[in-house]
Amino acid sequence: METLDAILNRPARCPAGAPVARLAGVSKNFGAVRALSNVDLSVHGGEVVAVLGPNGAGKTTAVKLLLGLSSPSAGSVSVFGADPRAPLNRLRTGAMLQVGRVPETLQVQELIDLFSSYYMKPLPMRETLAAAGLEGLEKRRFGVLSGGQKQRVLFALAICGDPDLLFLDEPTVGLDVEARRILWDEIRRLVGRGKTVLLTTHYLQEADALADRIVVINQGTIIAEGTPAEIKARTAGRQIRCVTRLPIATVCSLPGVMEVRSDRGAFVINATVAEPVLRELFRRDPEVSEIEVTSAGLEEAFLALTQDNEAKEVRS
Amino acid sequence: MSAASAALPRAAMVRSFSHTLTIYAKETKYEFLKLLRLPTYSVSIILFPGMFYVLFGLLLNRGKEADGVSVAAYLMATYGTFGVMGASLFAFGVGVAGERGLGWLQVKRATPMPPFAYFIAKTLVCMAFSFIIVSLLLVLGISFGGVHLAVAQVARLVATLVVGGSAFCAMGLAIGYFAGPTSAPAVVNLTYLPLSFGSGLWIPVDMLPSFLQRLAPFLPPYHLGRLALGAVGAGGGSPFEHWEALMGFALICLGIARIGFQRDEGKSYG
Repeated sequence: METLDAILNRPARCPAGAPVARLAGVSKNFGAVRALSNVDLSVHGGEVVAVLGPNGAGKTTAVKLLLGLSSPSAGSVSVFGADPRAPLNRLRTGAMLQVGRVPETLQVQELIDLFSSYYMKPLPMRETLAAAGLEGLEKRRFGVLSGGQKQRVLFALAICGDPDLLFLDEPTVGLDVEARRILWDEIRRLVGRGKTVLLTTHYLQEADALADRIVVINQGTIIAEGTPAEIKARTAGRQIRCVTRLPIATVCSLPGVMEVRSDRGAFVINATVAEPVLRELFRRDPEVSEIEVTSAGLEEAFLALTQDNEAKEVRS
Repeated sequence: MSAASAALPRAAMVRSFSHTLTIYAKETKYEFLKLLRLPTYSVSIILFPGMFYVLFGLLLNRGKEADGVSVAAYLMATYGTFGVMGASLFAFGVGVAGERGLGWLQVKRATPMPPFAYFIAKTLVCMAFSFIIVSLLLVLGISFGGVHLAVAQVARLVATLVVGGSAFCAMGLAIGYFAGPTSAPAVVNLTYLPLSFGSGLWIPVDMLPSFLQRLAPFLPPYHLGRLALGAVGAGGGSPFEHWEALMGFALICLGIARIGFQRDEGKSYG
């Protein structure tokens, strides 16, 4: 696992020039349902953007708009400075979508051969198979593959054309831990070769591990945007676990404390910054013990962000 | 387009004619393999017309005549019509409904695949299966039914059914754009079987109840049946009105499919 310091010190890839893909003030309605509401989203060359959100947040809608499979109800969509449906754009774009059924009687290598033929300079079959971890499975029919293998074939179809811009809609759904790591490594390798990636996920760890920038989306609206470190810093910063005789109300009133809950005889304190809380704890209870300080995971950050948003909506 | 070209000054992004041809060829090849390996499609659409023909054309009505030719020759034409119609309706109706409804068509549309390649490939594959079905009936009829046809008649029968059968690709396409992935097989069967019966493909039209005889000319398979019968020397009259009827029918179906396609864009546009 990457440490927090490593994340903070990760070289920032500076977004340069015009965005490669962009949603500008985009709304999308399906009948009475508003799937996206006034969304601004840019992806710059060479960066990995993770669109993070719970199911039904509008992630897939955003990807389909950027792929030109869907047209916005309001706002504009551009890819490489043009309409996403432009044939030239499609030649430079690869996509992995969630799909209910793939022709099951075709072999892995046949599907890859077909999709490779659509592009100008596809990767050699061997490279595509290796990148997707499908070596040895090329003669299997799609229908007999396991869920994770099927997912890897869809990844192979997205990358076989060696596209400059890659859209991955929940790429690691149904993959085991090992397969997920392999796919992550492959995505990093693609970015290392100068590719641009937009991926959607509801795995917070995945966004943290891969993305230069995270866009948190909930109920069709962007509720936060920044580097993984920024997203975490802006919400639940640090988590302190300790055993103290102080009453919970006192702990709650300490500076910077956002939330306290009791857990098996100890308190778990969420705070923006740890040090002032710790100083106060020691001052008021010198006997305080079993102290653990951890950085709040993206999980907590994400929960806090989405709950925040819901709370706001209840109030309004 | 001009904006896209401006963003992409690479001349290498223009596909050559031979590259486009390769895509169409691969699309067709894999569409064919896909269906050939799907026994619910390939076995049933080839076997059913063959089985019916053996039973009614070769075993049960030996030595009888209909419309001036032997029953074996007559039913070769009408079961051939029944067969090519099934090949097209199932490949398009069930195929498009499933691929459209379950997301595969979207995956393909997100690629640089030429949009027509998908439909052209499916049509060519239907024609290939039609060819196989008609060839099987010809072999059966000539070998076991005492059917005598000149080479030109054989060629005309094959060409009529293979080309005329593609009108039902259009009908299948219309069904594929309006039916859901699970309802499509039922919709196809519920149109295919009554249409076949009412058009006199199982029993010669003259033997149908009189109200069905009057209805038959309004059914598209009737016209393909008449064209096929003309090829084996039965029936009579000009083939042009039948070709016209088939073409008109195909155009109406394409129009309906287009409405479904646009409706689909608006909705699944998301």
